[in-house]
Amino acid sequence: MRGEESGVPTREQVLEILEQVKDPEIPVVSVVELGIVRRVAVAGTQVAITITPTYSGCPAMREIEQDIRAALSAEGFDDVILETVHSPAWTTDWIGAEAREKLRAYGIAPPGPAEQGGLVTIARRRAAAVCPRCGSSNTSLQSEFGSTACKAIHVCNACREPFDEFKAF
Amino acid sequence: MSVPPVAGARETPVANPLFEYLLRLGDDRLVLGHRMSEWCGHGPILEEDIAMANIALDLVGQGSSLLQLAGVTEGAGRDEDALAYFRGEPEFRNAQLVELPKGDFAFTMVRQFLFDAYSVLQLDALQKSTFAPLAGLASKALKEDSYHLRHSSDWVLRLGDGTAESHARAQAALDELWRFTGELFESDAVDEAVRDNGIVVDQAAIQSRWQQVVADVTRRATLTLPPAGASASGGRRGRHTEFLGHMLAEMQIVARSHPGAKW
Repeated sequence: MRGEESGVPTREQVLEILEQVKDPEIPVVSVVELGIVRRVAVAGTQVAITITPTYSGCPAMREIEQDIRAALSAEGFDDVILETVHSPAWTTDWIGAEAREKLRAYGIAPPGPAEQGGLVTIARRRAAAVCPRCGSSNTSLQSEFGSTACKAIHVCNACREPFDEFKAF
Repeated sequence: MSVPPVAGARETPVANPLFEYLLRLGDDRLVLGHRMSEWCGHGPILEEDIAMANIALDLVGQGSSLLQLAGVTEGAGRDEDALAYFRGEPEFRNAQLVELPKGDFAFTMVRQFLFDAYSVLQLDALQKSTFAPLAGLASKALKEDSYHLRHSSDWVLRLGDGTAESHARAQAALDELWRFTGELFESDAVDEAVRDNGIVVDQAAIQSRWQQVVADVTRRATLTLPPAGASASGGRRGRHTEFLGHMLAEMQIVARSHPGAKW
């Protein structure tokens, strides 16, 4: 209980704790690495954290909020204000190189650059996802929607394994 | 019952136009999301079942955020759950298009396409609104609905330009849905009043771009656009088809039977 003597955390301490809070659906990357945590401020004993949802209907968001509170509480910090913002809208471009490598090692193809939204119909995808298992680019998109809101399903034509891709968003 | 045309109709001033406006945005997405969720476990193939559940989740999530904002705007202590589960049918402000039963797969996908194209244009305008809480929600939802539009327009193409059976079903869906699309582009005293809140959406401009997109996709899908005709209307003022009440009964039964229940 590092904060026990004073109960006053430093911003670095809070970030360190948040690095331990993983996405419940993808337990190898933290909520900081995913870009869900937008801002951390410490004033006295009070910790103010701003988060942003990945997808509007992502069922993991509420759990993530609870996990953040629980992780801070376990270190003795209970004076926590959690605020949710929607703008700027979350994008996979905020996921850093290190986290992308963790996704790949976990079996999820990391996202490519976020695609331009808007009034685009009947559009084919630009580049094939790279198989996280064998590294082949000879892959086919199976479905634009996968096991969670943030993933699409592909199949590798080289090693014949199906795999998830973290959608560029 | 015939509904008078909105343009030029005398209307009583709306007490809280911003609240009304947010209800319209939220109810469109909540009701369509619920209709889409009815496919969960019934999709034609597993991937599509998952896709429809994902789309439903996005729409219900958007509806939830918009109704939450509506509740805050109203200032009467109602949250998103109170608005979703404890309003009756005449208090819903969604367009009639989204409340129609899900029909067959072609009906669901053609409707989704018609709504997605509208929603993307509407959200694009709303994200430029100076009403910051709404602009933020719109910019988020825009990304999701752009993704949905790609999916639904793909299906319109595959169904329309597919087999004789799929073509016939897609055409029948388009024919049936067409008269419900006009309501999306109506403009009334509420739209006028929220200009004061920094919400400026040019409905006529959206409609003309929407028509271009719909004409382009349906042409490539070898479908025939129905002729312009009388349009259904009334949803924005709480007048609905007979289908919404049945849907709400199912959607609201648990919350109303066990108010305040927790798990």
